[in-house]
Amino acid sequence: MTVYEPTRGTASPDAQPSREPIIEARGLIKTFGSVVGLDGADFDLYPGEILAVIGDNGAGKSTLIKCLSGAMVADSGEIRIEGQPTVFRRPQDARAAGIETVYQSLALAPALDIASNIFLGREIRRQGPLGSIFRMLDHGEMRARAKQQLQDLGIGTLQTITQAVETLSGGQRQAVAVARAAAFGSKVIILDEPTAALGVRETGQVLRLIRDLRDRGLPVILISHNMPNVFEVADRIHIQRLGRRVAVVTPTSHTPSDAVAIMTGAMDVATARPGSGSGPAPAAGPATA
Amino acid sequence: MSDVQPASVDPAERFLHRMTPIQRIHSILHRYPALSPAVVLILAAVVLGAVNNRFFRPENLSLVAQQVAVVGGLAVGQTLIILTAGIDLSVGAVMVFTSIVMAGSAVNYGVPGPLALIIGLAVGTLAGGLNGLLVTRLRLPPFIVTLGTLNIFTALTLLYSGGQSIQGKDIPDILVWTGQAIDLGPFRLTTGVLLMLAMYVIGTYVLRNTAWGRHIYAVGDDREAARLAGIAVNRILMSAYLVAGFIFAITAWILIGRVGSASPNVASDANLDSITAVVIGGTSLFGGRGIIVGSLLGALIVGVFRNGLALAGVDVLFQTLVIGVLVIVAVATDQWIRRVRA
Repeated sequence: MTVYEPTRGTASPDAQPSREPIIEARGLIKTFGSVVGLDGADFDLYPGEILAVIGDNGAGKSTLIKCLSGAMVADSGEIRIEGQPTVFRRPQDARAAGIETVYQSLALAPALDIASNIFLGREIRRQGPLGSIFRMLDHGEMRARAKQQLQDLGIGTLQTITQAVETLSGGQRQAVAVARAAAFGSKVIILDEPTAALGVRETGQVLRLIRDLRDRGLPVILISHNMPNVFEVADRIHIQRLGRRVAVVTPTSHTPSDAVAIMTGAMDVATARPGSGSGPAPAAGPATA
Repeated sequence: MSDVQPASVDPAERFLHRMTPIQRIHSILHRYPALSPAVVLILAAVVLGAVNNRFFRPENLSLVAQQVAVVGGLAVGQTLIILTAGIDLSVGAVMVFTSIVMAGSAVNYGVPGPLALIIGLAVGTLAGGLNGLLVTRLRLPPFIVTLGTLNIFTALTLLYSGGQSIQGKDIPDILVWTGQAIDLGPFRLTTGVLLMLAMYVIGTYVLRNTAWGRHIYAVGDDREAARLAGIAVNRILMSAYLVAGFIFAITAWILIGRVGSASPNVASDANLDSITAVVIGGTSLFGGRGIIVGSLLGALIVGVFRNGLALAGVDVLFQTLVIGVLVIVAVATDQWIRRVRA
């Protein structure tokens, strides 16, 4: 297996290359009846990087991510967070460990406003007896913080923080979901297919948002089918195939068609040479798999 | 409130945000769900008042308030359930059963009045809890669960009472306290009416200003999103049904005061009337949107129509017909309002 350690490229310039991964998984196995989702998958995420996870349908990308975000529990294998063995039983466990996930469905309540969505499940109560006895929420504080959060992320097209999420465009909704993750994710942010439903301009905004998060020191896991996007922002690319990690490449060491070839099994990973150009890839071109 | 940036900087944005007058109305109604019932109530009152000048007399308005106290009370709990994208067909049956238990335990078993009241409140809460348990544990649709419990509680009512009413003179004072008149200027209300209004005030506060209230909306709006956001969906649903049961029990108390006795045969229309009030009040049957005050407006609209049309000498059948039309208009409006564009 060819595994390239993270290259300190254009990414976080100040971060010292740290050899200890933030998330490290070894030998994850997850089966659904007779269907094998993960077949001894490994995973590493280092501080300050954008790690893309690619793979064909059924390669186990979603299963892998669900195990890391607590939405599923692996049958066997080990997950270490900053070196500590950890078991996530529920999404709340992962969240408590500082791992926030932006699901493909976004998991926003459409009729609730932006601020309510950002603080959904983590509402802030008033100080003093109004909060402790009457359980009164501090709407002003939540709105102010939500607004600040969106401004920090440079999301400028939202009109009011009290707007219902369903009145926003696809890109704006994505931005709200990312803002929620960024507001609470202290260690890692996982993005599942964030650009799948977006237009060209909105995709650009989301990619910029992802780089911003990385530049603020938050490592990002990006699951995507879109090769141009992956090669545009990723520092390293984890290639998943048949329930395992078959390779980790970088945008400089391999071309998109190499990645597609490894992903589909057309290129034997053992013989793959960095920068060898297009291998015997049937699905030539940087298009999506 | 132009919070972040005006949206009109970019011609494309401006193009996307252009609005016709109809869309403006749409977006206002979308933002203020209680607006349309409020307009309907005011128009109805003005028209019916013009037709018969007795309508606006204090004693008539007081009568309307007393008439809507029971349905208005049930509508508080019904709103809670409908906001979670459920529906409760058993509200009237739970209320009547609870009223029979309250009065029956005092009269037939000699339980002291206050204790009978507490027993009744507990029974109503447990009845709501039974619905909640079936909805969350067995994952049955609320429509089916409450259709079943509607029949169960109707039967239990008849079994417990033997089909007999309990006369008001036998019932302890505390149970008929809700029928006590209170004079406010020229208006004559009852403690039951005030109790109902208090439930709306508390309900509004809780739904708007507590995390539990926001979670009720989130669960009804998008259950899966709520779960992924870390909300314990089943716990919220269960608590909603328990609280609704408690509200139905309070309404049973209001009912005893209003009728002056406890009878297994009253309020047979209450199940559907409470849904009518909630729907006319602008709460969506699909859950997640609406406000509780709307249901009070809805209950008042039904009461005002019935009262005003009766004063105008319109046959009772036509009153029912008008209410039916209103329900359909309200649901159609909701469908239109929910269609949002990005």
